[in-house]
Amino acid sequence: MKVRLHHPRRVLEIPGRQRVSRILADLGLDPEAFLVIRGDALLTSDSEVGDEDEIEIRPVISGGWADGAPCAA
Amino acid sequence: MRCLKCRGVAAVEVRRHRAAYCAPHFLEFFEAQVHRALTTQRMLRPEERILVAVSGGKDSLALWEVLLRRGDDTTGLHINLGIGDYSRESRARTEEFARARGARLFVADLREEYGMDIGTLAEASGRSPCSACGLSKRYLFNKMARDGGFTAVATGHNLDDEAAVLLGNLLHWNMDQLARQAPVLEQTHPHLVRRVKPLYRTSERESAAYAILRGIDYVIEECPHSRGARSLLHKGVLNSLEAASAGTKQAFYWGFLDRLAPVIRAGGPPALHPCRQCDQPTTEEVCAFCRMTARAAARLNARTPSLP
Ligand SMILES: [Zn+2]
Ligand SMILES: [Zn+2]
Repeated sequence: MKVRLHHPRRVLEIPGRQRVSRILADLGLDPEAFLVIRGDALLTSDSEVGDEDEIEIRPVISGGWADGAPCAA
Repeated sequence: MRCLKCRGVAAVEVRRHRAAYCAPHFLEFFEAQVHRALTTQRMLRPEERILVAVSGGKDSLALWEVLLRRGDDTTGLHINLGIGDYSRESRARTEEFARARGARLFVADLREEYGMDIGTLAEASGRSPCSACGLSKRYLFNKMARDGGFTAVATGHNLDDEAAVLLGNLLHWNMDQLARQAPVLEQTHPHLVRRVKPLYRTSERESAAYAILRGIDYVIEECPHSRGARSLLHKGVLNSLEAASAGTKQAFYWGFLDRLAPVIRAGGPPALHPCRQCDQPTTEEVCAFCRMTARAAARLNARTPSLP
């Protein structure tokens, strides 16, 4: 499968059919901090990703720090 | 995993609620949480004119989307901070979002208004970029809201942001900041516009999921200044706790709001008065923003040889 990652942007090739939770764990990514997208659908941790699939692992944690307030706005 | 509502295939898991939802039911869940935040905290009053602070990121655009769908009277405010490609992208995404929905948007440009972008302002005033940026944004949100006759400023701060701030404030016992940490900052001075955080009940992951499922094209790239920021460390620590025990973050922040916040706020809000230079509310003679820009301008002038 093709896996698109951010920060820095890159594409990995991972062999075989795998669960989302496994893919994140193997890449050392915290499941709270990422969403996994296939096409226009979001995948939960127990979803299976096929060998021919292409997924995006998108980080969801943002943050600078500004005088005690994150710069969310 | 199955949707709690319809048993269809789940798209988003909300572990702290021991729930998972399909795409349509997740959208419903998220909007209901924002609606609950607005009502239980009495964030909005009838006829409220809301200025929504929009960076172009997932949280602020998700927030604006929900308010627009509710039919609230909103106008977006985007501040161009002049941080290279990041600011250009952010502005473009924000303008595209507003255009596609026929929503009103103001864009304020720091360099045009004050002659300095965040990089210059931070460097010349001796503050960190994040500190200069936060101060400038808070100042401009209030100023633009007041000048434009808005009655509330809404920002996209989420549960993770608030929990990370709380952790930071507790680690350093910042009592003043702890006393000010709340989903609603009331108008304690005629020059101060109420500030509300309607996403305080929902996580960062949920804002992102909502934005993605609504097809919102937000800026995924991070501000280059945020790398290694302290807030990210705090968020990482809280996410580790959350992974071990779902609901920790929510219990931590909501527990603070219920139990500690009323105690430390008992002394009442600090006395505010208009800044001698700009008329914005401050606890000092001259507000922090005026002092920062004056210091930066003085340093820049000293560096530039005066023209004949
Ligand atoms: Zn459903
Ligand atoms: Zn001032």
